[in-house]
Amino acid sequence: MSVLPYLVAAWVFLVGCYGLATSRNLIHAVGCLAVCQSATYVLLLAVGYRDGGTAPVFSDLKPGSRPVVDPVVQALALTDVVVGATVTAVLLALVLQISKRHGTVDPDELSELRG
Amino acid sequence: MTRRVRLIVLAVGGTGLAALLVAACFCLPGFGGDRHPYGDRVVRASLARHTANTIASVNFDQRSFDTLGEMSILFASVLGTVVLLRQTRDEHRAEPEPEEVALPVRRYALVVLPVAVLTGLYVIAHGQLSPGGGFQGGVVVATALHLLYLGADYRALERIRPVGTYEAGDALAASAYLVLGLAGAVAGTAVLANFLPYGTFNTLSSGGTVPLLNAAIGMEGACAVVVLLARFPDQAVEIEKGDGR
Repeated sequence: MSVLPYLVAAWVFLVGCYGLATSRNLIHAVGCLAVCQSATYVLLLAVGYRDGGTAPVFSDLKPGSRPVVDPVVQALALTDVVVGATVTAVLLALVLQISKRHGTVDPDELSELRG
Repeated sequence: MTRRVRLIVLAVGGTGLAALLVAACFCLPGFGGDRHPYGDRVVRASLARHTANTIASVNFDQRSFDTLGEMSILFASVLGTVVLLRQTRDEHRAEPEPEEVALPVRRYALVVLPVAVLTGLYVIAHGQLSPGGGFQGGVVVATALHLLYLGADYRALERIRPVGTYEAGDALAASAYLVLGLAGAVAGTAVLANFLPYGTFNTLSSGGTVPLLNAAIGMEGACAVVVLLARFPDQAVEIEKGDGR
């Protein structure tokens, strides 16, 4: 099954979306967003994999002796992780403020406008 | 929209999206395939520039401009969190009470703390040689400092972690990255060009500007995570509702 890792990425993404849409707690929603983002890690690393490949680090590996996985997507995955962590931090800060101002973190109770 | 209607809309949209995603999966190049033209070129360029860790070469040499963007995102998010979690007018700061810590926890935390900090610094310093680098090592250093919160108490943490200093360190590291980039332009090639001699392959000083940019990112990452992590317990421990009078 050479498409299984891609299907796993799609499944993780959809599960995260389902969690986001049905969430009753904003902290839970932030977690679901992190799940959605994890799908992109799976996808990126799956795209870059090469059969029998090892990490593209040549400090203890003779260049050309073994196939290495694609370093471009690995660098992208690193960027992805960093951006994901920062987004989570800002969102959690927002949730904290919402909870202080409105006294609830249920998105369904946050529908009314407040001056 | 009621919950029921929302679930139906979600089911329709989700099914469509799932169908499209599955169709797309079958059009992607097969998993584990041997065709990675960009990967092969990146590996060649990285070896030509004497950088053992190809990923560090991508992040801090071949695509260091992207890392500038990534660093700006990190910086902006720290700024956003600091603004969001500031002390507002209707809140006051309470003095945190020292709390008794279980002896094994205290001992373990104080033993592990220096080891963890050293590991983080090692990961930063060897970013261009072995897996790891500025971002990863920075996070290890920053979280290691917070062992003090577990091992001692909040006030001990505040003594070794003056948040203002770390905020300044964050800005300093971000500007160091920019200055190094501009130095590449002044040295005659382009912004963020690798203008230093490449050095001997697989040594700490190899890779030209890679170790320097890596160190700047390491400092930025560590400071950013310390500031971010400082703001959340601040809200729980110190800042309280009411003006305190």
